[in-house]
Amino acid sequence: MNHALHRTGVAGDPASPIHRLDPRAKIVGLAGITLVGVSTPLGAWPAFVACALALAAIAALARVGPAVVWSRVRVILPLVIFVAAFVPFVRGGPTVALGPLSLSEQGVQTFALVTAKAAIGAWSAVLLSATTSFPDILHGLERLRVPRLLTVIAAFMYRYVFVIADEARRMRTALAARAYRPRHLGQVGALGRMITALFLRSYERGERVYLAMLARGYAGTMPRLAVLVFRRADTAFLAALALTLLPLRVLAA
Amino acid sequence: MSCAIDAHDLRFRYPNGVVGLDGVDLHVTHGERVAVLGPNGAGKTTLMLHLNGLLTGEGSLEVAGLRPGDRELRAAVGLVFQDPDDQLFMPTVGEDVAFGPLNLDVPREHVHERVTAALTAVRMEHVVDRAPHQLSLGQRRRVSIATVLAMRPRLLVLDEPSANLDPRARRELLEVLDAIDRTMLVVTHDLPFAAQLCERAVVLSAGRIVADGPCTEILGDERLLADHDLELPAGFDLSRVADPLSL
Repeated sequence: MNHALHRTGVAGDPASPIHRLDPRAKIVGLAGITLVGVSTPLGAWPAFVACALALAAIAALARVGPAVVWSRVRVILPLVIFVAAFVPFVRGGPTVALGPLSLSEQGVQTFALVTAKAAIGAWSAVLLSATTSFPDILHGLERLRVPRLLTVIAAFMYRYVFVIADEARRMRTALAARAYRPRHLGQVGALGRMITALFLRSYERGERVYLAMLARGYAGTMPRLAVLVFRRADTAFLAALALTLLPLRVLAA
Repeated sequence: MSCAIDAHDLRFRYPNGVVGLDGVDLHVTHGERVAVLGPNGAGKTTLMLHLNGLLTGEGSLEVAGLRPGDRELRAAVGLVFQDPDDQLFMPTVGEDVAFGPLNLDVPREHVHERVTAALTAVRMEHVVDRAPHQLSLGQRRRVSIATVLAMRPRLLVLDEPSANLDPRARRELLEVLDAIDRTMLVVTHDLPFAAQLCERAVVLSAGRIVADGPCTEILGDERLLADHDLELPAGFDLSRVADPLSL
């Protein structure tokens, strides 16, 4: 078991005040930080700094170290930055020289802005997933009236993505064991057949899972055992975030 | 008192024409543990799906005094599927064990009790908050059994419970099952496992029951086993099965 899927899950101190918050409070709070970060215009740097400080404070309270945050952010961030990295070269307007390259001033600013926004978004998402187990996030979303269909799909995906990834790895090993090393396009056919087989297997598994659900009295709704309780600490958490971030965001507008 | 299972001339044909059951007669009384032996494709799984009303064929079938179609049938018969990844579909073990009782509208405070009791019965109470993919196959199989025990079924039906288990996981499973006091139908082609757990065995072949009797007698009949593509492992000594867990 050594694939990227295992770089997920709860980290830090599970008994920390942040970990013990109601999932709903964390979802709303961290999505709020992301929204403030994303909607803030260029030049309103106090709002960005406030978002970053709020995230740093949450990480510190939850004892989620920079190493954990970095190892997870690293998965999401490069994609965004890769796209944004071209902007300084294609934007018009006044330019600055950087050695042999000439960069558009506006482009550099856009790049910085996009990077800052992406970093705040990714950081929020990483903190949410590091302090809340995936089932709890789903439960929270359900209580926040996210359509049941979406949360049920996400729940099944979480349950079976590991099973399917394992199956895929076994199939790849089996291909490699028979000396399959695609060197040109004509040889990728085997991969296509592997994906087909994987799809059919998953489809058949779906049928069996449905039988197993029926056998235990499934009648169309997914029952929930745990109950979420919104405590004073949750209200305090949201109030603290709102009081620090909203004024800055409003002033920046 | 009704029989645990009372099937008479049960027939079932799959939509593609394959005959699943070809006139099954089976009578099981309460408290019995019966091994259903047979090669692949003999109709073992088809029979199992009938007991819970997931498939309905022709002929008469009564399980724990209920007929197919009765809503209580799903609760009265606990099916444990062969692949625990099919059986365990919820994000955590605890939620999965609670799934059945919650569907039966058991009040929440009792559901917690049932979850704990069921997981304790299979010695898995320490994994209640874990995700199924974090458990070993043996552990997942025992949790699968807990998911139906929590529904307090009158009849427990297990499909190939010992498949793919290493010797230690197999032994732990045997101990757990032996301690469960319930009418049990064990569908398997692991003959030593059947010998160790069940006192009675029936042989299912090509959709019919072709032999029915004490487990040691059936397993001692080499001719019968060979006729139906079954065999004991080489060197297996049936006489040592008198005390089921002494092996």
